[in-house]
Amino acid sequence: MADGSFAPVIAIAPAPRSALARGFAHFRYVMTSNPVTFIAFVLLTLMVLVALFGPSLVPHDPLASASGKALKPPSLEHWFGTDQLGRDVFSRVVVATRLDLAISISAVAISFVCGAALGAFAGFWGGWFDRLSGRLLDTIMAFPLFVLAMGIVAAAGNTIQNIVIATAVINLPFYARVARAEVSIRRNAAYVQAARLSGNTEGRILIMKILPNTLPPMMVQLSLNMGWAILNAAGLSFIGLGVRPPTAEWGIMVAEGANYIVSGEWWLALFPGAALMLAVFTFNLLGDGLRDLVDPLRRT
Amino acid sequence: MSNPPLLDIEDLRVEFATRRGVVTAVRSVSLALAKGETLGIVGESGSGKSVTSYAVMRILDRAGRIVSGAIRYGSLALQEADEATMADLRGREISMIFQNPRAALNPIRPVGKQIEDVLIRHAQATTDNARAKAIEALERVRIRDAARRYHAYPFELSGGMCQRVVIAIALACRPQLLIADEPTTGLDVTTQKAVMELIQELTRSEGMASILITHDLGLAGEYCDRIIVMEKGEVVEARAARELFTTPAHAYTRRLIRSTPHAANDVRDLLPDEDRQPARVPAVAAAASGEPLLEVADLVREFDVPGGLMQRFRRGGGSGPRRFRAVDGVTFSIARGESVGLVGESGCGKSTTSAMVVRLLDPTSGSIRFKGKELTYQQAGEFARSPLRRQLQMVFQDPQESLNPRATAAQSIADPLIRVEGLTNRARIRGRVEELATQVGLPCELLDRLPHQLSGGQKARVGIARAIATRPELLVLDEPTAALDVSVQAVVLNLLADLKAEYGMSYLFVSHDLEVVRLLCDRVIVMRAGRIVEEGPTQTLLSSPAADYTRELLAAIPRPAYLASHRHKDAAAA
Repeated sequence: MADGSFAPVIAIAPAPRSALARGFAHFRYVMTSNPVTFIAFVLLTLMVLVALFGPSLVPHDPLASASGKALKPPSLEHWFGTDQLGRDVFSRVVVATRLDLAISISAVAISFVCGAALGAFAGFWGGWFDRLSGRLLDTIMAFPLFVLAMGIVAAAGNTIQNIVIATAVINLPFYARVARAEVSIRRNAAYVQAARLSGNTEGRILIMKILPNTLPPMMVQLSLNMGWAILNAAGLSFIGLGVRPPTAEWGIMVAEGANYIVSGEWWLALFPGAALMLAVFTFNLLGDGLRDLVDPLRRT
Repeated sequence: MSNPPLLDIEDLRVEFATRRGVVTAVRSVSLALAKGETLGIVGESGSGKSVTSYAVMRILDRAGRIVSGAIRYGSLALQEADEATMADLRGREISMIFQNPRAALNPIRPVGKQIEDVLIRHAQATTDNARAKAIEALERVRIRDAARRYHAYPFELSGGMCQRVVIAIALACRPQLLIADEPTTGLDVTTQKAVMELIQELTRSEGMASILITHDLGLAGEYCDRIIVMEKGEVVEARAARELFTTPAHAYTRRLIRSTPHAANDVRDLLPDEDRQPARVPAVAAAASGEPLLEVADLVREFDVPGGLMQRFRRGGGSGPRRFRAVDGVTFSIARGESVGLVGESGCGKSTTSAMVVRLLDPTSGSIRFKGKELTYQQAGEFARSPLRRQLQMVFQDPQESLNPRATAAQSIADPLIRVEGLTNRARIRGRVEELATQVGLPCELLDRLPHQLSGGQKARVGIARAIATRPELLVLDEPTAALDVSVQAVVLNLLADLKAEYGMSYLFVSHDLEVVRLLCDRVIVMRAGRIVEEGPTQTLLSSPAADYTRELLAAIPRPAYLASHRHKDAAAA
């Protein structure tokens, strides 16, 4: 965009740093000002690294069964023990990170984009579209959301793509509502009026002037929602809708392991469950930090 | 003062811990207040006047801390009193009135109940007689029909009424000391007069001491016995009100008195002599040429009154939603090079009128002709593409609100250049932006800052630079200085006068402040309840107003007698 950023021309200013340097300084400030945010970002980085490189680093093939080594407790060779088919639980937990993150990130991305677009449109122009979309979202919210997701996956077929779509659909109303509220309070703000006077068309005003200003609250919603989306995907797998058995996925692993808790083999369910908890925890912590990062008022 | 003072502040220092280290908000402030005395603390934003009063009440926020000094209230040292003592003192001995009355009231509790809360908290009433006492308190601040208003929620009351309720709460327990922090900012002049007279009368009849914190020297001069002038956390001058105006000792006080529009004859008078520049020679023949640039005829704007289903039903169903006429048949014209003031109190329709003139809002009926072309044929939403867009620009009231918080100053100023002028070359855009910044007196090194990193005056300059970027022929100024300090206001008003002379622009100056309008406008239009009450050349209208309403407005402006005596004879009649 032409009005993106200007190269600073004057050198009198104390530090006309590049946008990148400024961005980094701001990132560092947000990280150091709040230790919780820092921890959350470290955990996130770890998780992303594990998702990217985990499959090539794990000590055992996550799908290789060995009947002789079934249901062994944690040991030096099998850190998290082995499951009923003799597969290494540690390797399976690590490998599952990629799938679980992929499902939740793509689901949240879809609902973020569609929800924000829907809500922004409704909030900016109002009228019949606002009323219609509002009632439609109310209808979605009126269902128990998990049951709705189950219904969608059961009806559309048991594939990863459908899990993503189902998770996206049930999360859509939250984004649409936040976006609608944030846009409608800014629709006639003085700076938006000023943009009209500057010759911006309505569509441009919405996309270039209003939407970026709604980012901070949307980011909080986004990160809280990520944890929820992971739980949702795992939950679907847990009840047998979604990812099919041999594939490593936290939800299925908890489901399979649950049968063995009674007989004392606790490690089967505990470790994938802990991974799930850690992921949700990370995303919930991330919210405030993300908001601070995208909020211009936090910059000096 | 023979008696020991009621409040005695000695060498007070207050610091705030911020992201950029410790900031000293108040340094070595000393003041004494006798029983029954009214003290004015005057200063511009950031002078530490509010912080001083917060320190007295011990309601500094968590980052703030009284570092040294003593605050003595009677025999009590407030700076080291524990929280329980302070809680008991607040409201019973020392009360405070805040700037925004609506924000100071609990929005979901009837106002009567809120008065009861204070009375019961300080054991001034029991649950049995609290209601009667609350109604009595409402009657004391002259709220008509107090028994019925007792049940009203803050949103049902006007700004002036809310401030009366806040005063009623503050005075409910008959405190010894009343601190009023900008009690009338944001209220209309006539309401301001009523509220100030009420405070004065009540404090006098109760023998209370009071501190009036304000940025308005005129207001302090009219209602205070003694005035303290603060600058950057320090007391620069403390004198009796009359002496302060007649023989100001400190340079800052002199500058402050000078920037107050009441005393000036001309915009140039507002600036200190050393900053004053000779008026630039008008590049375009400035005098109104008589040829009308803008003609507004019979302009009407109606809004739907929000009403529930039940109300609609009660009104008799099918009549449709009730309509409220914000602007009710307004007709006026502006000649080329002329500046016209549009004056009125809040809710009179002046802002709605200006929004319609710059085509941000569609009128319900009527016509707006600009250079003979009818503007209302094109919808407001489509006007962005009109070639006339560049001719009609506007400067907004709140410089903070009117700048996109994510855009740097340069981006804000460049926006109309890119969208309206169609400039694409980055270097040329930057060049124009710097040229405009220089013209409005904004240092170029500030151009890459975000709005919240700029001061109020700098933000105002960015707003003005953006509005003149397309060299409009008509500039609508919607209270451009209402949110600014007087000394900044003085500079901005001068800037506007210079720009007008340079570009030969016409101004439609919307304001509630008759004094500012007097300095800048050739002609004044007074509006009330959507209609034009009076219209005429500034001098005649202000010196011999025909309408009662205009006279009322003029009388309500706080203007201490000794301040007016400074003015030259021709304006003194007003």
